[in-house]
Amino acid sequence: MSDLDLGPVWLTLRLAAVTVALLLLVGTPLAWWLAHTRTRIKPLIEALTALPLVLPPTVIGFYLLVLFAPAGMLGGPWLRLTGETLTFSFSGLVLASMIYSLPFVVQPLQGAFEAVGRAPLEAAAVLGARPLDAFFSVASPLALRGYITAIVLGFAHTLGEFGVVLMVGGNIPGRTRVISIAIYEQVETLNFAQAHVLSAGLLLFSFAVLVLVYTLNRRFPVQAT
Amino acid sequence: MRLECALEVSHPGFVLGVAETIDLAGITAVMGVSGSGKSTLLRALAGLETPASAHIVIDGEVLLDSARGVNQPPYRRGIGYVFQDARLFAHRDVRGNLHYALHRARPGADAPAFDEVVAALDLAPLLGRRVGGLSGGERQRVAIARALLANPRLLLLDEPLAALDLKRKAELLPYIRQLPARFGIPLIYVSHAVEEVAQLADRVLILADGRVVARGLVHEVLERPEAEAVSGHFDAGVVLNGSVMGQVPEYALTEIAVAGQRMAVPRIEVAVGSPVRLRVRARDVAIALQRIEGVSIRNQLAAIVLRIAEDSAGANAEVLLALGPEEGGAHLRARITREAVATLGLAARQRVWALVKSVSFEPPR
Repeated sequence: MSDLDLGPVWLTLRLAAVTVALLLLVGTPLAWWLAHTRTRIKPLIEALTALPLVLPPTVIGFYLLVLFAPAGMLGGPWLRLTGETLTFSFSGLVLASMIYSLPFVVQPLQGAFEAVGRAPLEAAAVLGARPLDAFFSVASPLALRGYITAIVLGFAHTLGEFGVVLMVGGNIPGRTRVISIAIYEQVETLNFAQAHVLSAGLLLFSFAVLVLVYTLNRRFPVQAT
Repeated sequence: MRLECALEVSHPGFVLGVAETIDLAGITAVMGVSGSGKSTLLRALAGLETPASAHIVIDGEVLLDSARGVNQPPYRRGIGYVFQDARLFAHRDVRGNLHYALHRARPGADAPAFDEVVAALDLAPLLGRRVGGLSGGERQRVAIARALLANPRLLLLDEPLAALDLKRKAELLPYIRQLPARFGIPLIYVSHAVEEVAQLADRVLILADGRVVARGLVHEVLERPEAEAVSGHFDAGVVLNGSVMGQVPEYALTEIAVAGQRMAVPRIEVAVGSPVRLRVRARDVAIALQRIEGVSIRNQLAAIVLRIAEDSAGANAEVLLALGPEEGGAHLRARITREAVATLGLAARQRVWALVKSVSFEPPR
């Protein structure tokens, strides 16, 4: 039995961190729009956002593989732009994880923005705050709990993904071999001891994360004025 | 400050149509029952709501002109707004809320100083407090201070006392009354409470069903029938302007000169010579044909009957009186029974005595 290979662990943490950071950038405007829009297509967009919650990861993975392929709608331009394929690459994994974890970031943010409501924004506006100023100085601090939940859930969910990664990323050490893939491989090769270590680690980490979320939810209730 | 305001707002089941030019000075009250359009008018002025058709100009500066596509956003209008629910920022303490406004204040040499605003609203002891722990009255004081620190040219107050109990209301009124003189800023004060308006306002606008139905000086407007629609018939009355003649510490009374006559009311803590306003409800006024001795009622005022309005189906009559020997003086309304009118043989131009119990006045502020 060789020493425990920590490569997949660092790769997984890096993937989750990058994914969550990018998701916050994309998810904040989307969640804000969903929280405040009165458009009739809102349910349509909400359903699209929530799809990764219910679709089997293999289905998402399959369509992403089609999109990401060097001849695919996304993979082609990406290859010409960066010289790298989206399939079986870290970038492809990030993109796939963003789609896979999207609802875990957007939904808490949307809920928090809805709870904050328009009232504090109106108060900020009549005090001279421009909309972007009001967002950063009033809405986002008041939605702090939503952000904490979004970050923690997005991170934890990305840690645990398997199907999408396997379909899109394969199993390339250092590039796409994340913890869940490494566990799968070790079980396949009957290397149960290492599988135990990684599995127990992921289990404990996920549990700790959820405890953290629920604790923070009690400490920082969504603040109303 | 001159406010020109013409707007049409229509929601399902509600239409607001106002076309007014108002010279804003001191405190202008906008009065009306719930749903009369008061808040909608205020929100449109501040830019929080954009009416389908509107034209709002302050001192020549166009804030909103739907015909020409001009619509200044709220953060550029320089109009302060105090919400009924204060809307303090929960993630900042009291000082943080005040600084929020200070850092975004409209530029101007005459901007109110932080310390001056804090002193005017007695906020020094509260500066370090979290807003969650403040009482309703304290929250509104912070909200008013915050609005002032943004250095607005006009301050709108949307029923700021509505959520407070009577005692807190009475405590907050003097803070609001001093603002125009102390900070050189006109106020528009929205309320459905006649008592507040009588105490605060210089001029009054009455809204009913989305239309302005009365406008003018407070003591003139509040004795009009349109005011009665807001106060309710039971509490209808007039506002008397007087000045403090002296205090009677022994009995905790304050003597007030009204239309050249003397009245006594429960003590008001102001200096001799200060102007005061008394709101006298019609139901608290009785009429006698001559001055009465041996009666507990302390205020007996010489008056002349101007008009008697009788509702032939009901028991009551409303008698409009002019105080003083001449007909031109301040007015008083007396609600007495029709039977009393007949028995006393009351008629227009008759000289009578108006009797007002001292204890019928609002508790001292």
